[in-house]
Amino acid sequence: METVPKPGSNVPPKKDRLQAKKKKPRRYWEQETTGTAAGASPGPPHKRKRSRELRPQKPKRNDTSKKFRISKKPRELKSPGPQRTFSGAQDPFAGPAPVNVEVVRKYCRIDKSKELPHAKTKTRSRLAVAEAQEEETSVRAARSELLLAEEPGFLEGEDGEDTAKIRQADIVEAVDIASAAKHFDLNLRQFGPYRLNYSRTGRHLAFGGRRGHVAALDWVTKKLMCEINVMEAVRDIRFLHSEALLAVAQNRWLHIYDNQGIELHCVRRCDRVTRLEFLPFHFLLATASETGFLTYLDVSVGKIVAALNARAGRLSVMTQNPYNAVIHLGHSNGTVSLWSPAMKEPLVKILCHRGGVRAVAVDSTGMHMATSGLDHQLKLFDLRGTFQPLSTRTLPQGAGHLAFSQRGLLAAGMGDVVNIWAGQRKASPPSLEQPYLTHRLSGHVHGLQFCPYEDVLGVGHSGGITSMLVPGAAEPNFDGLESNPYRSRKQRQEWEVKALLEKVPAELICLDPRALAEVDVISLEQAKKERAERLGYDPDARAPFQPKPKQKGRSSTASLVKRKRKVMDQEHRDKVRQSLEQQPQKQEAKPTGARPSALDRFVR
Amino acid sequence: MKVKMLSRNPDHYVRETKLDLHRVPRNYDPTLHPFEVPREYIRALNATKLERVFAKPFLASLDGHRDGVNCLAKNPKSLATVLSGACDGEVKIWNLTKRKCIRTIQAHEGFVRGICTRFCGTSFFTVGDDKTVKQWKMDGPGCGEEEEPLHTILGKTVYTGIDHHWREAVFATCGQQVDIWDEQRTNPICSMTWGFDSISSVKFNPIETFLLGSCASDRNIVLYDMRQATPLKKVILDMRTNTICWNPMEAFIFTAANEDYNLYTFDMRALDTPVMVHMDHVSAVLDVDYSPTGREFVSASFDKSIRIFPVDKSRSREVYHTKRMQHVICVKWTADSKYIMSGSDEMNIRLWKANASEKLGVLTSREKAATDYNQKLKEKFQHHPHIKRISRHRHLPKSIYSQIQEQRIMKEARRRKELNRIKHSKPGSVQMVSEKKKHIVAVVK
Repeated sequence: METVPKPGSNVPPKKDRLQAKKKKPRRYWEQETTGTAAGASPGPPHKRKRSRELRPQKPKRNDTSKKFRISKKPRELKSPGPQRTFSGAQDPFAGPAPVNVEVVRKYCRIDKSKELPHAKTKTRSRLAVAEAQEEETSVRAARSELLLAEEPGFLEGEDGEDTAKIRQADIVEAVDIASAAKHFDLNLRQFGPYRLNYSRTGRHLAFGGRRGHVAALDWVTKKLMCEINVMEAVRDIRFLHSEALLAVAQNRWLHIYDNQGIELHCVRRCDRVTRLEFLPFHFLLATASETGFLTYLDVSVGKIVAALNARAGRLSVMTQNPYNAVIHLGHSNGTVSLWSPAMKEPLVKILCHRGGVRAVAVDSTGMHMATSGLDHQLKLFDLRGTFQPLSTRTLPQGAGHLAFSQRGLLAAGMGDVVNIWAGQRKASPPSLEQPYLTHRLSGHVHGLQFCPYEDVLGVGHSGGITSMLVPGAAEPNFDGLESNPYRSRKQRQEWEVKALLEKVPAELICLDPRALAEVDVISLEQAKKERAERLGYDPDARAPFQPKPKQKGRSSTASLVKRKRKVMDQEHRDKVRQSLEQQPQKQEAKPTGARPSALDRFVR
Repeated sequence: MKVKMLSRNPDHYVRETKLDLHRVPRNYDPTLHPFEVPREYIRALNATKLERVFAKPFLASLDGHRDGVNCLAKNPKSLATVLSGACDGEVKIWNLTKRKCIRTIQAHEGFVRGICTRFCGTSFFTVGDDKTVKQWKMDGPGCGEEEEPLHTILGKTVYTGIDHHWREAVFATCGQQVDIWDEQRTNPICSMTWGFDSISSVKFNPIETFLLGSCASDRNIVLYDMRQATPLKKVILDMRTNTICWNPMEAFIFTAANEDYNLYTFDMRALDTPVMVHMDHVSAVLDVDYSPTGREFVSASFDKSIRIFPVDKSRSREVYHTKRMQHVICVKWTADSKYIMSGSDEMNIRLWKANASEKLGVLTSREKAATDYNQKLKEKFQHHPHIKRISRHRHLPKSIYSQIQEQRIMKEARRRKELNRIKHSKPGSVQMVSEKKKHIVAVVK
């Protein structure tokens, strides 16, 4: 924005000449901006404007570059910048795009609170570099959220209106045709209560009825892939890593079918299976059986990795923790036990309910577990170390089936009613006060699952299958390399090869999946100790202080001893101070309850 | 009621025509990428395995000499040109791209003891057992011309090594003493001695170009400044040093190849403790050369193998050997940091890759990205026992393998004896001496 003062105005002649000089290399785009800008607002004279523009820019740039190192690059990329400043126009979005600190924290991987014991300076400096890089990458990842194309769905009532009162029919009426088509009912009264499973991409749906009806379809286009009757009771059904393979827990054995309905395998070592879970990154099919065994079958090589005896009778409640691939089993004595194939014993046992556990579900972040029991209670547990209930709610009927959605919605099937609870924000646990949605079905609920990447809840019940619309349930933006609902056959094949190449071994399943990247402090200390024993001395030990000889006369023996003594005393004092700091904790622990008595001094 | 359902337009997610690339939307949310660490670990493991699968370092063998190769020299101006001198006095110039000898000169009678190129790459110098220093043109003689040296200097004693100044027309030879010569004169500018033993090699510092280092058979390494008439200082080690090599990036660092199977990296400002003792060879180390990056060096040994050491590590990262390679006399790291040449007793010069599993030739950008990513992963998980074991595993010839075992036992016995001595003598009277200080006898200034 430039306005050239007219020669007649009362500006000192010297400045005038200067401006005349500047005026010379004018370009057409500058004239253009002058015209438009001047037309909009006849601003203050040229020189003042300049100084005002330039000054605040400089500190700003320093500020940003200090905070985020990478901010420089996008700045430099904007090459037409200097030309614009000639014209006086300002970049309205100067500097790098702002980043939300909360979002950055989501991408941050290093826990800075943990300090390494006795790290050497070299290691420490290397760690500092790694931390700086880490910060940079998390900022970049957070900034890349700008590029996400889709927004999550939502459902809001008008003021005072309860969203739980909104019926499916209302939602179907309100939304667009494509979304409305996602709500459907399959009327299959003949073959009894259904279990169902969506594939990992959310594109395919498989369901199996108690009376042997097994079908798989592309539920978006409603194209049927296969439909068979296995002539045997079907307990559970599950897609393996891709939609081409189906595992069906039948009355006696576990069978594996392909998407044409052809039986590929009959796994006789897994018999009387009640529940199936597939761990996609480990290629493990976990089966819980009536005989009380939890069996892990490696589907890539067809071997049984581990068969664990839970010693708790019939197993009929099982779920996986998608964050760390730990299997949660619910038992009839009210406990939930956490299993990994590497251990013969459960990792954790949590007493959740009085009476048996009816259903367990774990959310995708691995932070919360929802359980419901025969005591009609629905509990939400914190899984990050404490295993304490966060919230509890008594339901009139008690929930028989539970499911978490990708964005943390909790669905519970109670008789023929499905209730869905939502949290305040995305990461927060669902609040059990008010349901977000409710829906009554034509039969008793027998299976529940939220469809990945679609706002849909699939419910299998005694009357067939119902696909419910639940706005805001699913993650709107999928990652094309991880699971792409729109992938072609070639893409799927390529993904399959890559996934098999990086199959995680079953031994690595543990409560904290990041433990592999952390320093193993315990064995480090042990190795140090052994090394010191082997060598006969500790090579890392600090050498005793040796005073350096000083110049001219100040290096008498007395002064050397004095200096040495000074350092020794200081060290001694530090030691005493440390021990004193530790002592009061012990003392506080001792006297509890009763009033202090005079005779206490004789107590040892 | 306000409602919004997730509704994607498939057209935004699938390609329009078959000629397009597939659309791959990304979302870096950590919850969509579970098991990040275990998966990266598996990728690192696979990358490490592939690295060992593709580790084929041997590229070519240049044969043509009729006696053992005694010395090698690089041409500073041409990556493809290499010079070699043999024990029968023959000098050959090789073209590495063609892997052929392009010129042969009968330079000396007896051994060619040393060879070095001028910094401009137009000529080179040789010294031999016939007490002469000869300067040769890099280009061959014209048609009808005789193969003759540009200059010949007749000396009084045998010269055992030669090195040229990095910027000026000055070179240094060693023998009974270190002589510094002007190229135009037939007499040395100055001669420096310290002690009376024969000096086996002399090297100019590539950065501080006035500095020289030499090593003599009376077990010492002597440093000189060309501007002074007397040597600077010397360090005496347990055993003889065969050659030294200056770090081309850090002016004050040099590495000495010693007869006691070790290499010592010294900081020239503090010679009393070496910065690092590099041990892995099982016989005398005969030659050493730095990579142009200054981060690694290669050493040639009498045990028929060459090893690559990082400067800051005491153990080698790589060992190269073949069935037919005999005692390796000389070794050079090429100026593009990609290849290593070794000249050995059985008349061959061998060309190796500096990075055994590296793919040669032009890489596509995707290949480049993949190798970079794998490299980073390997670095990240290098300390995990499984990965460490695979990446460290090397097949060794039986002779070297059994020698390593033997020396391990000997070392352990020595250490045990030392511990016992400490244990059974008056406390404080016998001190534990660190490995770095053990081999240094004295520093003289």
